[in-house]
Amino acid sequence: MGKSRYNIRHYPGFLWITVLCLVLLYAPLIVVMAYSFNDSLSITQWGGFSLRWYHDLFTGVESAKFKRAAVNSLFIALTAGVISTALATAAAIAMVRGGSFRGKTLSFGMISIPILVPEIVTAVAMLIFFTSIGLKLGYLSIVIAHIVFCIPFAYLPISARLQGIESAFEEAAQDLYAGRWQAFRYVLMPILMPGILSGFLLAFIISLDDFIITNFVKGAGMETLPTAIFGAVKQGIKPNIMALSTLLLLFSVFIVTLSYRLGRTNAKNSTH
Amino acid sequence: MAAIGSGKTVSSTYAPVRGWLLLPTWLTIGIFMLMPLGVMLVYSFLTKEFRGGVLWEFSFAAYDQFIFDRGLFGDEAPSIEWTYITIFFRSLVHALIATFFCLLIGFPTAYYIATRPTGSRYLWVYLITIPYWVNLLIRTVSMKFLIRDNGPINQALLNMGVIDAPIHLINTNVAVQLGLFYSYLPFMVLPIYAAVERYNISLSEAGADLYAGRWTILRTILLPVVKPGIIAGCILVFVPSLGAFLAPDLLGGAKTFMIGSLIEEQFKGTASNWPFGAAASMILLSIILAVLMLYARSQARGQV
Repeated sequence: MGKSRYNIRHYPGFLWITVLCLVLLYAPLIVVMAYSFNDSLSITQWGGFSLRWYHDLFTGVESAKFKRAAVNSLFIALTAGVISTALATAAAIAMVRGGSFRGKTLSFGMISIPILVPEIVTAVAMLIFFTSIGLKLGYLSIVIAHIVFCIPFAYLPISARLQGIESAFEEAAQDLYAGRWQAFRYVLMPILMPGILSGFLLAFIISLDDFIITNFVKGAGMETLPTAIFGAVKQGIKPNIMALSTLLLLFSVFIVTLSYRLGRTNAKNSTH
Repeated sequence: MAAIGSGKTVSSTYAPVRGWLLLPTWLTIGIFMLMPLGVMLVYSFLTKEFRGGVLWEFSFAAYDQFIFDRGLFGDEAPSIEWTYITIFFRSLVHALIATFFCLLIGFPTAYYIATRPTGSRYLWVYLITIPYWVNLLIRTVSMKFLIRDNGPINQALLNMGVIDAPIHLINTNVAVQLGLFYSYLPFMVLPIYAAVERYNISLSEAGADLYAGRWTILRTILLPVVKPGIIAGCILVFVPSLGAFLAPDLLGGAKTFMIGSLIEEQFKGTASNWPFGAAASMILLSIILAVLMLYARSQARGQV
């Protein structure tokens, strides 16, 4: 095949638009990361490389506030991540291994609702609901809201992996007199584990990064990292916030990469 | 339904216990997602109290306030209240513009990635997906930092002598549209990528054999085939853009108010009118459900 005129796969300019797309997506993040190492009080002037804002983050005046927010965020993300992953795993097994049944489409619709409804509407609905049933806004209201919101994110990788695993494994176990629970615990779960972990990591990061819903249902005096960052940014973008953002950003990239890798290894194993 | 749960053979190893397995999820989403939406609907028909609470008296006041202006004491002849209609209209325009530009950049990107060799394709997809998982708040703040009057872009342009005065973007409609575009761009690329990846390239080759030019092939063969992916991408960008809060709040000002900001103000801000906030949320939700239903219908028709 000739390269220029007859390569119908190739469209002139598409490569440059792709490069532009990546530049647009990454430039703001990279600039903020670069400026977090700026040795200057002003966010406009470049004063040389330094780690002073990272030092400030852990020892400065606001360090106690950020530490508390970080502990809250991690606690909430772990709790919501574990619970939503457990719910999503059970649901995925019913959906993928439960045969065809009435209400399957409806169940899938239910699981998708938290993604389909705009976040701000979910936030409003939950705030009104928690207030009207008299639940005090705080840890519990945030964790409940995050569990609901995280279910579809945990569900998708788990059900995708489950579809890649042949049911012959569990059937063989059951032929050998393993009960349904034993077949799950000792046969299916170990093979499904990368999918479960991948789902957990996505749920964890979705919870850790959530701002809008948390902002509505957190109540007074409670802060997570995103709400603390938002509060600080309202007074102007300060260098220590850029350092904190950089750390959170790199952490997200790390967790998501880990989740992807787990998803990929599982796909490879199950085809053998 | 065909999208999820339809393997080659329907496996039913866990069929006898599927009800028990689904129950926890049903209960969680039913109690903490559907019921709240129901309670929100009820709230939108309640009467607001002066200090931000509600009175349990049925009223259309929240929806009425949305459309009519009855003067400060509510005793004047109603005239159309344009404030909120304008905010909704502005949100629609912002969301449409963001969707258009996402498509303009997203389609060529998705096509380019989908036609790479398998190995590098995964890397490209990974690079496009990563920004989606990064905290949206941090991304929006980064955009604000970048386009400030004395931000890095303006400084670089000033230093190079391209401009004499900084380009003022913050608090303008353009900044909000840029923010929306930037926030949801990955949503456009991924479904189009998936559609182009499934596209049978020999269709293009057949077109070329019949002396069609590259752009004719693109317009008459490729675009119609990958249209479902394009529509899915447009919806995935349009829906969250319409209800966006962070982009208008951080990049915009009073003149760029969007639905999300209007709703937020009723609960967290000074306006403090819960029934009105609930009503605005209901209207937003209805618009989005209408869009999703149109989409579902077009999908169903396409499959027949």
